[in-house]
Amino acid sequence: MEKQELIAKVNEVLAEEFEKEVSEITPEADIKATLELDSLSLVDMVALIENEFHVKIKGTEVAQIKTFGTLYDFIYERLNA
Amino acid sequence: MENRRVVITGMGIYSCLGKTLDEVRESLYTGKSGIIFDPARKEMGFRSALTAKIEIPDLKKELSRSQRVYMPEQAKYAYCATVEALRNAGIDQDYLDTHEVGLLYGNDSSADPVVKAVDTMREKKDTTMCGSGAIFQSMNSTVTMNLGCIFKLKGINLTVSGACASGSHAIGLGSLLIQTGLQDMVVCGGAQEVNPFSIGSFDGISAFSIREDAPEKASRPFDRDRDGLVPGGGAATLVIESYESAVRRGAPILAEVLSYGFSANGDHISSPNVEGPSRSLQMAIRRAGIDIREIGYINAHATSTHVGDTNEAKAIYNVFGDQHVEVTSTKSQTGHEMWMAGASEVIYSMLMMKNDFIAANLNFENPDEDSAKLIIPSKRIEKHFDTFLSNSFGFGGTNSTLIVRNL
Repeated sequence: MEKQELIAKVNEVLAEEFEKEVSEITPEADIKATLELDSLSLVDMVALIENEFHVKIKGTEVAQIKTFGTLYDFIYERLNA
Repeated sequence: MENRRVVITGMGIYSCLGKTLDEVRESLYTGKSGIIFDPARKEMGFRSALTAKIEIPDLKKELSRSQRVYMPEQAKYAYCATVEALRNAGIDQDYLDTHEVGLLYGNDSSADPVVKAVDTMREKKDTTMCGSGAIFQSMNSTVTMNLGCIFKLKGINLTVSGACASGSHAIGLGSLLIQTGLQDMVVCGGAQEVNPFSIGSFDGISAFSIREDAPEKASRPFDRDRDGLVPGGGAATLVIESYESAVRRGAPILAEVLSYGFSANGDHISSPNVEGPSRSLQMAIRRAGIDIREIGYINAHATSTHVGDTNEAKAIYNVFGDQHVEVTSTKSQTGHEMWMAGASEVIYSMLMMKNDFIAANLNFENPDEDSAKLIIPSKRIEKHFDTFLSNSFGFGGTNSTLIVRNL
């Protein structure tokens, strides 16, 4: 999957699950703030990414992923590792 | 100990007979059945694919994702019923924010989310994949935890698990808290999930009617040819409060909860006896301090099982003898709403009392030896009555009886 295609897909599934507009999601934006995630719904984001992209985000890694840009990079690297 | 009067000031319901009080009243009046044949259950190996038909509400417009994600279906039914009940009671969020309003709701299972979470764990070998909602959806207290947070209730918050008497016990216990002055207002009710996983094992003990060729004829309480119950569900909510609180608020006072009687059989886990329910009836009548001739209608627990209906008929006859009082089971229309039934049947009885009729006990075509001793209308009758008694009994031999008087 090309990166632009991946980014579009990530934005689409996150926007749908957390009931936001795709336009609200930008690479620099903070994930938790944009999607209004608390510690519980963060679990849903991790599960969603694993379900959609078969990429597992460990607990220690979640803390490092703060912006959508870092999330795209994380998924892209895992898919191409 | 204080002995304050307890009144009903609001009701709301989400059932197979309708999603509002008006719809349900009309269904009761016309004798509509809410029972269908569900082919999916047959494919799953069910002995009986009969069930009440109920639609899971889409609450996307009413509640945020973070509120909905923790709600299993029965909590959604309960939310709808509670919104209606609070509105009818004239209670807004500002009132709830500034008073200690309690919440006691009957619920005794949440199988669907448990099964789904276990399936996920087995398949994925990763508990995170269950998602954040599974734990909150899976707990027996799921309805009270969800409603308590959504409506920001600050009084007692407790789920009552008393099998098929759960909803009735919730109202009874709520009334005791108000009577004794511990709460001024309690939101009470009962909720029941409607999905194959929740009642597959119940089907497995041959408790359900197999009259699949005629779903509307399957639930036939007290009829000689009954062959088992039909599972149903949904949710029903009542707002009960002290008489003083209702007067102070200028609330619509619909009726008074005169008394709550209860007992346990201390006997067989599934087969009820006669003595236990009789004691529940007697306790309710004694505590109400009324002459039994004042009771104008009995809403029976009768689920359409052989032994259950027979023993309840005996218990009612034990207590009422040859008194002229109509007895019906609204389960002939709804099937057995189980954890919800005790609350929904108070609402069904209230709707009849307020509209001067007694709904038909559908499918009562031939009495058996015991039901022949009771007055069971097989057609709707127009009748004014001001006091009714509602029975609810459950597995393990738990019994609850409520007596309610018109105001």
